Amino acid sequence: MTNRSSRPWYLAPYYIWIALFVIAPIALVVYFSFLDLAGDFTLENYANFFSSTYFRMTLSSFWYAFLITLISVLIAYPTAYWLTKTKHKQLWLLLIIIPSWINLLLKAYAFIGIFGLYGPANQLIQFFGSGPLQILFTDFSFIFVAVYIFIPFMVLPIFNSLDKINPALIDASRDLGASQWTTFRRVIFPLAINGVKSGVQAVFIPALSLFVITRLIAGNKVITLGTAIEQQFLVTQNWGMGSTIAVFLILFMIIIMLLTGPKEKGGALNGKAK
Amino acid sequence: MKGIVRASAAIVIISAILFYAVHLLESSTATSGSGSISVYNWGEYIDTDLIDQFEEETGIQVIYETFDSNESMMTKIEQGGTSYDVAMPSEYAIEKMKENDLLLPIDHSKIPNLKNIDPYFLDLPFDPGNEYSIPYFWGTVGIAYNPTLLEGQTFESWDDLWNPTLEQEVILVDSAREVIGMGLNSLGYSLNSTDLGELREATDKLKTLGPNVKAIIGDEIVEMMRREEAAVAVTWSGQAADMMWINEDIDYAVPEEGSNLWFDNMIIPSTAGNVDGAHQFINFMLDAEVSAQNADYVGYSSPNAAALELMDPEVTGDERFYPTERMRDRLEVYENLGLEMLGVYNELFLEFKMDMEK
Repeated sequence: MTNRSSRPWYLAPYYIWIALFVIAPIALVVYFSFLDLAGDFTLENYANFFSSTYFRMTLSSFWYAFLITLISVLIAYPTAYWLTKTKHKQLWLLLIIIPSWINLLLKAYAFIGIFGLYGPANQLIQFFGSGPLQILFTDFSFIFVAVYIFIPFMVLPIFNSLDKINPALIDASRDLGASQWTTFRRVIFPLAINGVKSGVQAVFIPALSLFVITRLIAGNKVITLGTAIEQQFLVTQNWGMGSTIAVFLILFMIIIMLLTGPKEKGGALNGKAK
Repeated sequence: MKGIVRASAAIVIISAILFYAVHLLESSTATSGSGSISVYNWGEYIDTDLIDQFEEETGIQVIYETFDSNESMMTKIEQGGTSYDVAMPSEYAIEKMKENDLLLPIDHSKIPNLKNIDPYFLDLPFDPGNEYSIPYFWGTVGIAYNPTLLEGQTFESWDDLWNPTLEQEVILVDSAREVIGMGLNSLGYSLNSTDLGELREATDKLKTLGPNVKAIIGDEIVEMMRREEAAVAVTWSGQAADMMWINEDIDYAVPEEGSNLWFDNMIIPSTAGNVDGAHQFINFMLDAEVSAQNADYVGYSSPNAAALELMDPEVTGDERFYPTERMRDRLEVYENLGLEMLGVYNELFLEFKMDMEK
């Protein structure tokens, strides 16, 4: 019992780490967000954020992040479910994860080639008799590539929580006369919901601040908050405004974490199911 | 417990071996000669064979890094994380770096090859007497286009970009001053305008270009044009030259309303660690033969008169890339507008990207 109240010494590195690399940077971001170009205190950055440009940018970031997450879930859930049923689970899982080891920029450049006017995607379209289409630099290409990049991060947590479900529970559900659909809805889905939630966190939050592929794949026709932060820091050198956007991004992330955080009840149930 | 100890021991030993290997590698590459210099340059802006030649001749090891905008270069030098010895900013960036005391004066007695430079490019308003900077390349902003994809359309005016037949064909360079500047020029205003009314008007006009805009990207433009993915691009003259090198159909024009004339220069940042090596490098780059080879490779216009004599007259006589002095008169050089104004330009550029008519 004493261990719990007097914090043990071996946690010291952890606390130092958190203080230096989590709390201090966030404090600095908040501090800079109150500075103007000359380094004086100001609230103007916050007023500016609520101007129409940034407000619409926030909305469009959310819209694209929402689409990317939704499509990822729709693809990843059946995939993960199917994975739990296969013989060589770990092998299949590995094959899904391997693409995430490849550098993001490389993947983006590969897609520039694939989606180009003379690329394989258009050759396929022409084979079916239509003229070459502009695929690159459209909303479609942006969402497609983003989903492709994020899929492994969605499959993994869903797979883990589905795989943990005790098969006896499903047998019991069947024995008690539940149809396959009812079993899924009342047993499997609630037990695996935490996996979906962590997947949503792992996808939605980074999707809000994507910026490399907005330029390479969407040709800057999709503007996210990440693009704006990059520009404020590197081009305009207005660190105050960049920090202000970052503060809002952090706030949005906290809200999303709270909304999708695991509930006590669900956690306990999952624990028992083991 | 035993397992943990063993695992930790293994990690420590592997780290030590890796550390030693890295140490060995680094010392084997940087042994000879008088140290090393860090060169910070734009992407695709030097013939890398010349770096090897410089290393061989002087024994100075060159660490080469690239940037993609003046602003990001200045931010990195200001933060001082890496001590760069030579960098190649544009003229308005030099003005700003001078204001912020980020430059070291250049000792002309250590740069005998300075005599090779055409006097037209010396003693310019952004750096009187070339106290802090030495010309590297110069060029213009204009329109690169592929006539074979356009049924012979030409570009005498910026307004030609608004032609409805160019739907989804135009690529713009991802840089606020170039794009907003083009909007200002097309309305007959100065591209150094600080008049908010003029800037608003230019931005609103640019938004109507939306249906024709295919993408707003950086160095990828060259590849897109070479592969005929796009027919028209607003870009720098040297990028256009790069495109033509591979795809001979491409042409380049500077619209008659005027455009930007720019100069990139070699400077020594105040954070430099090897000032002597930096002087040697600058002098080396000004050598007639080196400079000619470099200009041949990079494709931008060289200010080096001695080098031009060694180059193909067909290249140096091409008025698209070496406009005559009379043609240069209708071009404008960027002025340093200050951070506040730069912020305005960028906000407007962001607004343009957000609100392009689809």
